[in-house]
Amino acid sequence: MEYIQGIIILIGINLIAVLGLSILTGFTGLFSFGHGGFMAIGAYVCAIFVARLHQPFALAILAGALSAGLVSVVIGRLTLKLKGDYFCIATMGFGEAVRIILNNVNYVGGARGWESLPKLTTVWLTLALDLVFVVVTWNIINSRQGRNMVAAREEELAAQMAGIDVFKSKMIALVISAVFAGVAGALMAQYMQFLRPTMFNMTKSTDLTIMVIFGGLGSISGSILGTILLVSLPELFRDFAQWRLVFYGLAVIVIMVGRPQGLMGGLELTPSGIRRAVAARSARRELAAADKAEAAE
Amino acid sequence: MAQFLQQLVNGISIGSIYALMAVGYSLVYSIMNFSNFAHGSVIMLGAYFGYFCLTLLGLPFGLAFFLAACGTALVAVVIERLAYKPLRDRKAPFLYFIITAMGMSIFIDNGVIATIGPTPKIFPLARLPEFIRGGTIKLGVVEVGRVDVAMFVITVICLVALIFFIDYTRVGKAIQATAYNMKASALMGINTSFIIILVFAIGGALAGVAGVLYGIKYQVYPQMSGITMKSFIAAVFGGLGSLPGALLGSLLLALIETFVSGYLSTQLRDIFSFLILIAMLVIRPSGIMGKSMEDKA
Repeated sequence: MEYIQGIIILIGINLIAVLGLSILTGFTGLFSFGHGGFMAIGAYVCAIFVARLHQPFALAILAGALSAGLVSVVIGRLTLKLKGDYFCIATMGFGEAVRIILNNVNYVGGARGWESLPKLTTVWLTLALDLVFVVVTWNIINSRQGRNMVAAREEELAAQMAGIDVFKSKMIALVISAVFAGVAGALMAQYMQFLRPTMFNMTKSTDLTIMVIFGGLGSISGSILGTILLVSLPELFRDFAQWRLVFYGLAVIVIMVGRPQGLMGGLELTPSGIRRAVAARSARRELAAADKAEAAE
Repeated sequence: MAQFLQQLVNGISIGSIYALMAVGYSLVYSIMNFSNFAHGSVIMLGAYFGYFCLTLLGLPFGLAFFLAACGTALVAVVIERLAYKPLRDRKAPFLYFIITAMGMSIFIDNGVIATIGPTPKIFPLARLPEFIRGGTIKLGVVEVGRVDVAMFVITVICLVALIFFIDYTRVGKAIQATAYNMKASALMGINTSFIIILVFAIGGALAGVAGVLYGIKYQVYPQMSGITMKSFIAAVFGGLGSLPGALLGSLLLALIETFVSGYLSTQLRDIFSFLILIAMLVIRPSGIMGKSMEDKA
């Protein structure tokens, strides 16, 4: 039971970070390989508030989230103007820089890590926060800002022409995703009860992005599904500990090559989303039938 | 003064190995416009190929070296065919290439851990020829390791050959043309598909050489691709897609690193590298010598 609870907590924690990244990557079209860095900031600030300053957990989570958000404003100012590959590379540099700086801060344990933190994250707290964050994400996406983000993703120049402040939309998406990652990090610190900078390395950042892509870009239910599958599957394969990451890498390649739109392909698991999927499928079929008829003539 | 010269020589030695690795990133970027993060894993495989040719098969050093380079060239081409070609055919956005490359890297690294094991291997000194074995040579006030001299010489030979090949042969000119504009080159009768294979093969062969040299100087272990991140930074620093840029970037980065760790502290070295990366991206994302990015509307 403890074990199952552990997996649920891990899924829940990752889900918060993935939802944030879904807004940034899925809906705004910016790829980050550095969100492990924002998680690390959230985790360490939260741990400092709880273990060193003896503040309540709620305040510590808030502090962690705000710190991550503040840092993201600076990072965004510097890097959001970069095009293509370069934004990814810059975020990757940021994530690694955070990790290496933490390696050298002895106040928080340095590279050896920081142990015996109090365990404050419970399964109910995680699930409750998940619910809150799903609702928040849903509302952001369906707000004016959310539509601006999608416009910036689809065609930056056209969005700009239509009067959308693309830079601001991107910035908002980045800050939201950083705050989400900060909360996830804070929960992680108080669940694992120890922190080590390697927990937030580039692999962690890539994992988060892969979960978003695996579920399907531009789909919240896809992100949820992707997180559940990709966090729990390796746990189920614990017995093949050595091979699970091999399969994980293979799964990433297969999905990228074979089904690039991800599990959900931009659609949502809501009644209207399903209706749209069914409609699209029958439309495709009709089109194919028409093509065939034409060819027969 | 002696210390300064010593650091200078160390820097050049490390810079040459970075250059050998960075060229692989840059070559692929110049043609395909994405950062091939699987390159680091190919370098690691090269080190293992060399090690096993030498120990298991008992081949002479020169032959082992050659086979390792051939092996990695083959691996690089197979990766291209299996993973990148389907994406290329579909005209997938560059991010899918990066994610696929990351998946490939996870797959290869962990495949090696699962099959060969995580323990580092050391090249048997007795099986190495005299010129690359341990020991130092005194040059005035400076002491240089024989490995370092050999590394530098082999690197220079490889890079001079590469530059000659690209600048003075027909095929080399075709590579340049393809890097400049793939569509137009195809229209002019260049077999761009062959050029892509060739570029991966060259990058792979150089990765094999770099892997063996790095393995001899340090150790052979599955996480070697983490170290190659530095050479990627060097490629970005010099300007992704530019060969002279990759060489210059590698040399500068290595010199900065050795001077920082020599005069300031070793811990600061890695922070410095990543801060340089971010600073470079902010000031001039196209690097020292790269072509400047333009927004295609």
